[in-house]
Amino acid sequence: MLDLESLLREATVAIAEASDLKSLDDARVHYLGKKGKLTESLKGLGLLSPEERPAAGQKVNDVKVKIQTLIEERTEHLQKNQIAAALAKDTIDVTLPGRRQSGGSLHPVTKVRERIETLFTQMGFMVLDGPEIEDDYHNFVALNIPELHPARAMQDTFYFADGTLLRTHMSPVQIRTMKATKAPLRMIAMGRVYRRDFDLTHTPMFHQLEGLMIGENVSFADLKGMLTEFLQAFFETSLPVRFRPSYFPFTEPSAEVDMQCQNCKGEGCRICKNTGWLEILGCGMVHPNVLKHVDIDSERYTGWAWGMGLDRLAMLRYGINDLRTLFENDLRFLRQF
Amino acid sequence: MKISEQWVREWVNPSLTSDELAEKLTMSGLEVESVSPVAEKFSNVIVGQILTFEKHPQADRLNICLVNVGDNKLSIVCGAKNVREEMKVAVATEGAKLPHLTIEKTEIRGVASQGMLCSLKDLGLADESTGLQELPIDAPLGAAVWDYLHLSDQILDINITPNRGDCLSVLGLSKEIVALTGAKLNSIATKKIKPLLSDTLAVEVQAQVECPRYVGRVIKGIKADALTPIWIQERLRRSGIRSISPVVDVMNYVMLELGQPMHAFDLSKIKDGICVRTANKGESLLLLDGNTADLTKDTLIIADREKPLAIAGVMGGMDSGVTLLTQDIFLESAYFNSATIAKAVRFYHFNSESSQRYERGIDPDIQHLAIERATELLLPIVGGKAGPIVERMNEDALPHKPVISLRKARIAKFLGLEIEDKEIISILERLEFECKKTKEGWSVTVPTRRPDIALEVDLIEEIVRIYGFDKVPCHLSTVQLSCAPCPEDKITLNALRHSLCDLGYQEVITYSFIAPELQTLLDPNNTPKSLVNPITSDMVAMRTSLWPGLINTLLYNQNRQQTRIRIFETGLRFLKQQEPTLAGLICGNAYPIQWGIKDRVADFFDLKGDLESLADLSFKPGSHPALHSGQTAMIYHEDQAIGIMGALHPELAQKLDIQGKVYLFELALEPLLKTPIPKAKEISKFPEIRRDLALLIDKAVPVQAISDTIKEVAGTYLREVYVFDIYEGKGITADQKSVALALTLQHSSRTLIDEEIAELMDQIIAALKTRFAAELRG
Repeated sequence: MLDLESLLREATVAIAEASDLKSLDDARVHYLGKKGKLTESLKGLGLLSPEERPAAGQKVNDVKVKIQTLIEERTEHLQKNQIAAALAKDTIDVTLPGRRQSGGSLHPVTKVRERIETLFTQMGFMVLDGPEIEDDYHNFVALNIPELHPARAMQDTFYFADGTLLRTHMSPVQIRTMKATKAPLRMIAMGRVYRRDFDLTHTPMFHQLEGLMIGENVSFADLKGMLTEFLQAFFETSLPVRFRPSYFPFTEPSAEVDMQCQNCKGEGCRICKNTGWLEILGCGMVHPNVLKHVDIDSERYTGWAWGMGLDRLAMLRYGINDLRTLFENDLRFLRQF
Repeated sequence: MKISEQWVREWVNPSLTSDELAEKLTMSGLEVESVSPVAEKFSNVIVGQILTFEKHPQADRLNICLVNVGDNKLSIVCGAKNVREEMKVAVATEGAKLPHLTIEKTEIRGVASQGMLCSLKDLGLADESTGLQELPIDAPLGAAVWDYLHLSDQILDINITPNRGDCLSVLGLSKEIVALTGAKLNSIATKKIKPLLSDTLAVEVQAQVECPRYVGRVIKGIKADALTPIWIQERLRRSGIRSISPVVDVMNYVMLELGQPMHAFDLSKIKDGICVRTANKGESLLLLDGNTADLTKDTLIIADREKPLAIAGVMGGMDSGVTLLTQDIFLESAYFNSATIAKAVRFYHFNSESSQRYERGIDPDIQHLAIERATELLLPIVGGKAGPIVERMNEDALPHKPVISLRKARIAKFLGLEIEDKEIISILERLEFECKKTKEGWSVTVPTRRPDIALEVDLIEEIVRIYGFDKVPCHLSTVQLSCAPCPEDKITLNALRHSLCDLGYQEVITYSFIAPELQTLLDPNNTPKSLVNPITSDMVAMRTSLWPGLINTLLYNQNRQQTRIRIFETGLRFLKQQEPTLAGLICGNAYPIQWGIKDRVADFFDLKGDLESLADLSFKPGSHPALHSGQTAMIYHEDQAIGIMGALHPELAQKLDIQGKVYLFELALEPLLKTPIPKAKEISKFPEIRRDLALLIDKAVPVQAISDTIKEVAGTYLREVYVFDIYEGKGITADQKSVALALTLQHSSRTLIDEEIAELMDQIIAALKTRFAAELRG
């Protein structure tokens, strides 16, 4: 009869020392296998008397269960180690950049344009554009600017040999829309416009936003409300807005609108030339002569219209100092937006 | 318009500071762009009188002057040529600070000098001076010149809008201030000059419509070389007008003060009287500015019996102008039709202080007053005797005071604001409009000096302008709710732009007008529309393609070390129609340099893949003069040709000095944005089967033709066919390629059985064999 105690001690050491699943299995075979040491000792039971046999059998079985438990525990431990080793082996540098195409971005003027589109479509305005080569009628005459009107000198115009011209503002789109849609209507028009001016603060092509609303009860107070609402929504702050009387041939009364300079919050700085105000747009009540040109009854309907530079809005919104950079298309500049 | 604040305050002096006044004007529509001091500060400059002077012993050109400055006599060395005994001058005494120098006691060539005698330039009051500025003989000795010249004044620079010609004068501006503040107008009384001569000049007005009123007067025996008094010079200077001679200066002074442009002729140059008429063909005139104008028959001129003397209201002629030798003059104060003058300004490209006022419309009732005022100012300066005023008038062509009916309800509706009657009347009356009560409101008579007021809305504007825009409430419109159109069968341009950005393209915006040479190079088949008045020679041709702008952008960035470029633009191209267009280009690596993807230069298929992800497009071989003949594809959308793509022609790339291969595309936007609204079909529940085909086929056979054939033969069983490998080279003859395709087959209502699939594949292979001599690759 084998010394079960020392067998168990020996097996415990062997299991604990098994460093991988293979050597652990070897240990299992060594002790519990068909020809294993414990199996051998079971054979010795036959030599015992029937009275001794049950107690001895029980002892052997206890040792067997103990060894089995030890092996299971060790197996689990070794399996865990193995997974941990695999994880360690497959660890990557997660800080390496991902595999990708580069991202592009919208031009800042387009960004502003989309933003304005969102703000106005929410309020049920149509968003429109039209031809850039226009005729004298749609760009001037229909807007109450007859041939010799001094206001023509306010806008230096590009002409073609056939008498057509590059639109100097978005108002021709208003004229075309009013003719097609009739009252009531509300719309904005955004697009490229052209004036013969090229210096620090002017480019011969730039972008304008114009808005128009015609209805039976559209008043100057509504215009003030709308533009204040729009500027505050666009700049996402309740900035002060002021209206100054001005002159445009196509509106009466006409106003220039100043908004508080957001750079200095009205304190005065380089951007607002120390006035605290920025002249941002022109507006007014649509002149009855304009409504007459598009066959809208100016007794029944009134309306307001306004216009502003999209490029300037982009400059103010994104802190762009030089208008000309908008059309140089330096990719290093454009990628910021 | 620049004007002296002091001058205005002489006419109306509200109790407001300069800044408050400027703010008030700005907020009523006369935008004050700046309020600036009239002179740079100087000190210790006083009025002195030259008692005697003698030549400097050491220097021929210098004099030593003994100058009385009241309580003292100073010895001052002076280099001016016009020193004269008894002359009163500005003396900068020891310690004086002038704009450009500080005066100290000094020795000039061994003679002590206790100060400096000043020219206007020395005082910072002129850009150029020819000598000492003579001060009036009654200037008080020892008085500070700063105060004597009223230099504690400011220049108001006011942006007068085109409708407010009436405010281009001290008088007009003052009336506006009266309306704004309620302050009293101090009308400067003008003396009626009693004619001391009976001489007149015959005036005939032939152009009675263009010149409804012509007022003139002869003045004889003047001293045209007299000095213009410094106070007139100063007021002109503060308005940015140079002093020329007393006659011209007074003409300008009256124009600034009353708004009436004036002209003076040298009487001796006028042959037998004045004739106001339109020019005859072939007539020309040498103008005061030295240019010669060829006159047209639309041009209103002032002529004598022989020749044109002046373009009416715009500019006088050189030969009939007043010179320093002139003895007799003829003054003109006329009312010309504003459209006539505007036409001349446009046609001759002239702009003068006079035409600016005529073009905007002057007061037709002020000509008499103006000529009297001019005479009153002129005679004390140049002497001479005035003749009686001659007037020619055509009452019918003169503007009449319009009477406008103003409805109270209309004001409220238009403004969204109720203003009290009392307030309305008060505003209108302060503006010198006459109001008569009517059933609905008022009947309003407009003063002649306001040609801009013709309609009821004009009156409403006047009321709210004076009442204050700031008092109009902000109100948000209430409207009938309605949906703006939202068509689902159109991709929005915004969505398309975002897709391109997601594909790595940067949006650019380039000018619509470009250099004609570049245009021709990139799109030789289209003749662009050209501007007649371009701003620079490289902004002349309206683009017929967006490519020139994109190529320029590429070059601009390549020159700034940017080697990988992916850009796009949307905008109009100007062909027979103005077509909304999308175009773009790629150049450089397909992907940004990174550890995970091998560097590779982008090619045709990179660009094509990007376009395929934008919309459902198909491609066929095509050609374009700017593109590589073997790498160009026409692009189709729903069977409509909508654009083109390809590699930039290598010759062009070389000519333009472009580095690397460039792939371009251009698409008509409108058809591209069309997209079908999805219509759902049932999905088959039966298994999909994949079969692969590896073919050896002639290199020239397009893959499209192979897959089209497969689609045709396989019919309804075929779900999808795609190429997964193309191989040319080793193991295959030079004129062949190997194409590997994968087919997905499926039946909609049952499982396909092996036999029918095998049969189908055989049919496909047979068809490919017949059509393209394709062989199965072993």
